Amino acid sequence: MAQHKVNYTQDGGLPVALTSIDKIVNWGRSNSIWALTYGLACCGIEMMASGASRYDFDRFGTIFRASPRQADVMIVAGTLTKKHAEFIKRLYDQMTEPKWVISMGSCANTGGMFNTYATVQGVDRIIPVDLYLPGCAPRPETLQYGVMLLQKKIRANEASRAQKAKRLM
Amino acid sequence: MRAYTPKDDVQAKAYYTDRFYVSPQVPKQKPESDEVFNADLEAIKAKFEVTDAYIQVEQLVIYINANDIYGVLELMRDELEYTQLSEMSAIDWLAKGNKFEIFYQMLSMNKRKRIRVKYFIENGQAVDSVEKLFRSADWSEREMFDMFGIEANGHPFMKRILMPYDWQGFPLLKTYPLQGDEFAAWYEVDKIYGKEARDIIGPELRDTAKVDRYDSERFARLGHEVPKGTKITGNEPKNEQNYQEDDGVFMIKKFDKKDSVVIDDPQR
Repeated sequence: MAQHKVNYTQDGGLPVALTSIDKIVNWGRSNSIWALTYGLACCGIEMMASGASRYDFDRFGTIFRASPRQADVMIVAGTLTKKHAEFIKRLYDQMTEPKWVISMGSCANTGGMFNTYATVQGVDRIIPVDLYLPGCAPRPETLQYGVMLLQKKIRANEASRAQKAKRLM
Repeated sequence: MRAYTPKDDVQAKAYYTDRFYVSPQVPKQKPESDEVFNADLEAIKAKFEVTDAYIQVEQLVIYINANDIYGVLELMRDELEYTQLSEMSAIDWLAKGNKFEIFYQMLSMNKRKRIRVKYFIENGQAVDSVEKLFRSADWSEREMFDMFGIEANGHPFMKRILMPYDWQGFPLLKTYPLQGDEFAAWYEVDKIYGKEARDIIGPELRDTAKVDRYDSERFARLGHEVPKGTKITGNEPKNEQNYQEDDGVFMIKKFDKKDSVVIDDPQR
């Protein structure tokens, strides 16, 4: 076992760091964004690639969870059909606050090329979206950049107050 | 976006003239030109009425009466070695005679031959299910019901297969608009939030080419983002988005391009 020597003489002699509740909570939240495994179409493949070893989402503390109750962020990766719309609402409601939504790719943003009767024209008709990623499909770098922007957004919030729940209506 | 034109009578009138292009008919041969097909056709004709028969693209096409379909397919499966129903569905000829054409694509692995069995039904008429003969007809007939509204008598589970159970309308009909009718446009809003939410959520934006620089409810203001709902007056300054605050983040080092090294060697 490694032996650590604490230098009690530096920083005023105390092994203590001072910060605010906001900062420490947001630091924890922004660096452990657990994402709901939610690949709906081909964007899901890019999302999987982001999680795999080459792009390695674990570096950001982003770990994919199979249950909405353990997830903080829902990455809507792919085409949302009208048949599936009620389930995305149900899964979103099952996630615990605070929660965020990333709309990944053209289909989730606007319906994309599926300008048809069976496709929801933008996932923001169903649930509130924090971040839209353009692309068809966005590359894993885009998704990782998006998660970094989401981290910035989380850090900008006041964590100490009870966060107001985001609702579409 | 292309202007919407009513498609109720799209089949009734020709939208091109012979002056420019006549779509060539795929040539048809007589069934007698193929030994195997001729024998099959004779075997079917011995028991059932065949109204028309020809060979097209090396496949035999036969037209029968709607009531005979179960018997014909049973005969083909048990005696003529056509053991697979690869595909079945309907064709919408409602504008031209208020009819549906139903087709069954049969495959014989032993003979290496395909036969297409066809018949016409009136609009609103049901067909006989062949699910007892071919399990593949189970889902095909459900899809036919889903897309055209043609029911199959004797099917064990005659429900929609692709669209939700509470869907209204049959999407593969020629009269069904591609972008959906009013029910389709509000389906998810009505179901999840209720009809009173229509005003709040608003209609679908179906114009893919629409760009509105004064619209701050949507996201398409890349580089010039403003908070949602902001009234946009004129030239908003360019909004440089950075993934990190200027004064840095606790315990996280900021990526500096100057200090980074670009590796050119792909084999590294």
